[in-house]
Amino acid sequence: MKAYLGVDIGSISTKGVIIDGDNRIIANEYLWTEGNPIAAVKGVVESLQKQIAPEVQVMAVGTTGSARKLIGVVLNAQIVKNEITTHAIGTMSRVPDVRTILEIGGQDSKIILLRNGIVTDYAMNTICAAGTGSFLMSQAKRLGLAIEELGEMALQSENPTRIAARCTVFAESDLVHKAQIGHKKEDIVAGICTAVVNNYLNNVGKGKRILAPIVFQGGVSKNVGVVRAFEQILGHEIYVDEFGHLMGCLGAAVLAKNSGVEQLFDFNIQEVDFVTKGRECELCSNNCEIIYIYRNNEVLDAWGNRCERGLSA
Amino acid sequence: MQYRISFPHMGKYYIPIKKAMEAFVGNYGEVILPPPITKRTIELGALHSPDFVCVPFKYTLGNFIEALENGANVLFQIAGDCRLGFYSEVQEQILQDLDFDFTFHMMELNGKNAKGLYEVFKAMNPELTLPKVVSTLAVVVRIVYAMDGIEKYIRQNIGFEVEKGGFERIEKQFLAEIATAETMPQAGRIFKKYLKKLKTVALNKPAKPLRVGVVGELYVLMEPFSNYFIEKELAKFGIEVERFITASYLIFSTQHNVKKILKQADGYVSYEIGADGTDSVAKSVVMAKKGYDGIIHLKPFGCTPEVNSIPMVNKISEDFEIPVLYFSFDAQTSETGVKTRLEAFYDMLEMKKRGRAL
Repeated sequence: MKAYLGVDIGSISTKGVIIDGDNRIIANEYLWTEGNPIAAVKGVVESLQKQIAPEVQVMAVGTTGSARKLIGVVLNAQIVKNEITTHAIGTMSRVPDVRTILEIGGQDSKIILLRNGIVTDYAMNTICAAGTGSFLMSQAKRLGLAIEELGEMALQSENPTRIAARCTVFAESDLVHKAQIGHKKEDIVAGICTAVVNNYLNNVGKGKRILAPIVFQGGVSKNVGVVRAFEQILGHEIYVDEFGHLMGCLGAAVLAKNSGVEQLFDFNIQEVDFVTKGRECELCSNNCEIIYIYRNNEVLDAWGNRCERGLSA
Repeated sequence: MQYRISFPHMGKYYIPIKKAMEAFVGNYGEVILPPPITKRTIELGALHSPDFVCVPFKYTLGNFIEALENGANVLFQIAGDCRLGFYSEVQEQILQDLDFDFTFHMMELNGKNAKGLYEVFKAMNPELTLPKVVSTLAVVVRIVYAMDGIEKYIRQNIGFEVEKGGFERIEKQFLAEIATAETMPQAGRIFKKYLKKLKTVALNKPAKPLRVGVVGELYVLMEPFSNYFIEKELAKFGIEVERFITASYLIFSTQHNVKKILKQADGYVSYEIGADGTDSVAKSVVMAKKGYDGIIHLKPFGCTPEVNSIPMVNKISEDFEIPVLYFSFDAQTSETGVKTRLEAFYDMLEMKKRGRAL
């Protein structure tokens, strides 16, 4: 049976899926990247291989996420695609009539608008990390809670505390103040969830026409408190897919499948030694940081140079 | 004393500016170009700038520092209607605090200031005459028009070269030759010769290519280093790029006129919103009406006139169903982030055009 591999290598986590010819997920894995994308991908690929039957043949590979280029070289991928496009493609393969994708990840957030199955507009946060998972993480820590507890606790609140949503710094000082004057913990937690949503809608969502069906994904979509805040503010039902965290790699796999280029994927990358070496070019004061990637001591590829001279030196 | 004159970079416009200043200063000095902008330029500029100032301030301050290091002692900066209006005074103060020895001149950014130029340079070159200034400016204006004309053709077609590098090679030869033009007809002949040459380059251009227009603040539009070579990146996707904002348009064109611009804006803005903001709205309307596939709006982080223009550009985007991609640039903008967004933008335009997903 033919199958297709998609890998999404983010700064925080690495996700992988194998899909069949009908875009059905037949294997999936989610691991922490821990600053070592190559090791994380080896782990993901190993786990995926264990989940599939021996007759399954992976015929094409797609990569996405911030390490897509590096891992694209490592996996000899047919498709190396930005995360905005892959998320749209992946989500559409699950919810074909989706018109709005809200996404909040660990360090970034985006909104994708689709009409009739094509992306018509998108935005990605550009300046700050307010209203993303890392903000929730730091505030949970401040309140002595585990990040997983936040959502359920927020649901218990009947009177969410009003917390400034504009900026992480203001939100945090607001939150400290509200806690000290006696607001209940669940109200504060619910307030944080609302602040994340308001921040998102005022930043990436600004000026965008949000139409249902709405899909919410990314790590923060696991937080039911944020989901409820979105539903209350937007006045629409929000759909959260159980595979919401896999949409990027799913989209990459779909695109690899659609690429029409097939080559049997060799799962045997565990034993292959991939090493990257960085070097600062000194030929001019741009000082480009050039990255070389080696497979078993042989240069596979290099990038980061602004001009041709960089590679020859 | 020998005057060693310098001024900030912006695209390739150092060629006509250098030519004019060399003519003005005559035997009493020379022009010291700042080294081409590199990472060091912006690092130096950012280091000595107020953190929240707009990024052209940081680039041009970096240019000044690198020029002063190379021996410049007379600096020129332009003025404008936004924060650009205080660049000169603040930069002069910063450079003095860094213990450089120089004189600083602020020039209005308009084409009618021959007399002002004459007075400044007369103080350096007693042999300078007003007719000399006027005749030099005439040639220089022609050169700027020629450069903008050549660049416009390149922007629209470089994405479709059959063999990569042909346009760049011809452009290099053109720039070297246009710098030697001494009369207006000569400049005109060089322009025609190279436009013809460009037109012989084999293209593989579809009948209806994707067309994207860039609008926004003038410096980040015209200095490719500051916008991460966005026009080049767009061309790599096989996109035809349009940009109205050029030096010839801003400084010399009769089309650069509030009444005309507001008329183009067609009700989306009815009064000036500062610097190039009004034009960003107007040119977005023009391109939306012409059926462009997308608009890219560029601004330095915190650029007030361009922030002003965004709600109207958003409205245009909605009314004409034309996607707009916004970028805010500062000294530490991530190149990867820019490339990711551009690629996604291209994918989106391609999907829209095909009417189906990739």
